[in-house]
Amino acid sequence: MLTAIDWIIMIVYFIFVLGIGVALKRYTRTSTDFFLAGRSIPAWVCGLAFISANLGAQEVIGMAASGAKYGIATSHFYWIGAIPAMVFVGVFMMPFYYGSRARSVPEYLRLRFDEKTRAFNAISFATMTVFSSGISMYAMAKLTQTLHVFDAPVRQLGLPLSWLFHAGILISAVVVLAYIFLGGLSSAIYNEVIQFFLIVAGFLPLVWLGLRNVGGWAGLKTKLDAGYTHSWIGMGSAHTNRLGVEWFGLAMGLGFVLSFGYWCTDFLVVQRAMAADSMSAARRTPLIAAFPKMLFPFLVILPGLIAIALPTQGSTTVAAAHGSAVAVPQGSGLIPVKVDPGTGGPIRDKQGHVQLDYDLAMPNMLLHYFPTGILGLGLTALLASFMSGMAGNVTAFNTVWTYDIYQSYINRKASDEHYLWMGRMATVFGIGLSIAAAYMANRFNNIMDMLQLVFAFVNAPLFATFLLGMFWKRTTGHGAFSGLLAGTASAALHHSITLPAGAESGIKGGWLAVVHTYPSEMAQNFWTAIFAWTACFVMTILVSLLTRPRDPSQLKGLVYSLTERPQTHDLPWYQRPGILAVIALAIAVLLNIIFM
Amino acid sequence: MRLDIRLPLGLLFSIFGVLLIVFGMASNKALYERSLNVNINLWWGLVMLVFGLALFALGARSHRRLAKTAGSSDALSLGKSATENK
Repeated sequence: MLTAIDWIIMIVYFIFVLGIGVALKRYTRTSTDFFLAGRSIPAWVCGLAFISANLGAQEVIGMAASGAKYGIATSHFYWIGAIPAMVFVGVFMMPFYYGSRARSVPEYLRLRFDEKTRAFNAISFATMTVFSSGISMYAMAKLTQTLHVFDAPVRQLGLPLSWLFHAGILISAVVVLAYIFLGGLSSAIYNEVIQFFLIVAGFLPLVWLGLRNVGGWAGLKTKLDAGYTHSWIGMGSAHTNRLGVEWFGLAMGLGFVLSFGYWCTDFLVVQRAMAADSMSAARRTPLIAAFPKMLFPFLVILPGLIAIALPTQGSTTVAAAHGSAVAVPQGSGLIPVKVDPGTGGPIRDKQGHVQLDYDLAMPNMLLHYFPTGILGLGLTALLASFMSGMAGNVTAFNTVWTYDIYQSYINRKASDEHYLWMGRMATVFGIGLSIAAAYMANRFNNIMDMLQLVFAFVNAPLFATFLLGMFWKRTTGHGAFSGLLAGTASAALHHSITLPAGAESGIKGGWLAVVHTYPSEMAQNFWTAIFAWTACFVMTILVSLLTRPRDPSQLKGLVYSLTERPQTHDLPWYQRPGILAVIALAIAVLLNIIFM
Repeated sequence: MRLDIRLPLGLLFSIFGVLLIVFGMASNKALYERSLNVNINLWWGLVMLVFGLALFALGARSHRRLAKTAGSSDALSLGKSATENK
């Protein structure tokens, strides 16, 4: 299916990726260069890297899948679940992250609170990044196998097809390792920007062709029922919309707790802003990112909607490519039925309905519309998104490991050169661990599900800690630490006594007892987050009031009321965070109204 | 910024653009049945080439301007002054 031109495009891309690492190596002389890109990157580059770091495979594949499954309501993950938080971190929180000269988010916690709060955050975060990068690698290797487009060269070499999985992991690991090892964070950021433009270049023509095919947005509306093309229809109750969540759970759980918890506290994205060349550039980073971010639904969700709206065609689906003797029922549109790799038959749920493999929405759209040539570009965009998802995690990992774990607890007084060396070593063993995680995900799917669940418990309450820490000077280290523990514990507790409808007790919840049943897994997740956040918020306040506060003079630059506001009136209007924030929010509201 | 990202980015997009244009002109019409009979390689190649050249030109212009104002051959200080002159 692929011809020489597709391979040439992919190879040119790989040469560029590595070339950038080589070109940046000579600027990487100190640990600040390696971990913070020398704090020398202009705002627009940081802004694009800011969204790109989050634009891993999970986003591109997952959002198209959700588009096919839930419809345009998936845009809530952008217009509710990202924009407000991105605006908040830029306007209100960046002055403390950048202004405190902390080199990482855990280090901010050390400055604001104490050692144990930092250690808790640093260790859980470092573990999480390694596993996320492993999962990204696993997903990529799996996809190259499922798509069958890379089969030909493997067959020619006389190797079994399972070898593709190993090759996928090995190649992505070596490439990411090489460019981060050489150029550190600058290298990662440059590649993230390239990847951002590649994703746009790869998917924009896809959306254009797809929309042209179905008769535009109006044509899509006539082909799908209203629940697919209206994002707010039936949101009054969890039982009347496709997501299975009511508006309050959505706004609080996704729009507030989860989204602010991610965009405002996750070092993976915040690191991109910390690399900016000035305070005003750091504050603008998430605001600049907000504009392309709110247009991304058209790039990644629309293909999912188009895929489900097209006439069902059995012959082009990937499921049919196995050529197994078992009769596989037809999917829907371009979405094939999920096939059990063991039996070759379709996977059914408890009610006996066949399940659709929504994750193939985006890849199948590419294969459906793109002839050879631009297909190479589309696949390159897909590969790029997998790799930058990995690279983002690896750069966050090597920084937190070196500054917050190694320098803090293992070797305090080494030379800067030594820490730079350690950063490079951390990149090597971080990627080594990711490979192990990728193989673990392949062998023991349940362990990975369980780990992700534990990470969700640890992350859910984080934003309460930062909010109180930054805006209430009375908050103490003991308060923050006990709040985090209480939040994590209550997330686990809530999960253990609730269950989504139709699921069995176990990894999905209800492992202690089933007190409440949610209409969907999403609703359960959102409410777990709401409970965790509230528990952390209350506990932090209570314990803070009972413990001795720190001297306000030590909190300068770390807490809102004790920090001078950064001056912005000498900047032109398009560089002022406040004005950008208002414009971003206004457009987000407008988009919600248009697609209501 | 020590290496203007617009230079490699513009170069990459220009190369992709040229590759797609050449392939689009040389390829068989039957290939484009799946893309609704639009020669998507040719047209998208053109878009990418224009975008790539524009980015490259912008990057090269600011690179030249920096070299003139800084008057220093040290790439490090050159990059620093570029980003802080506001």
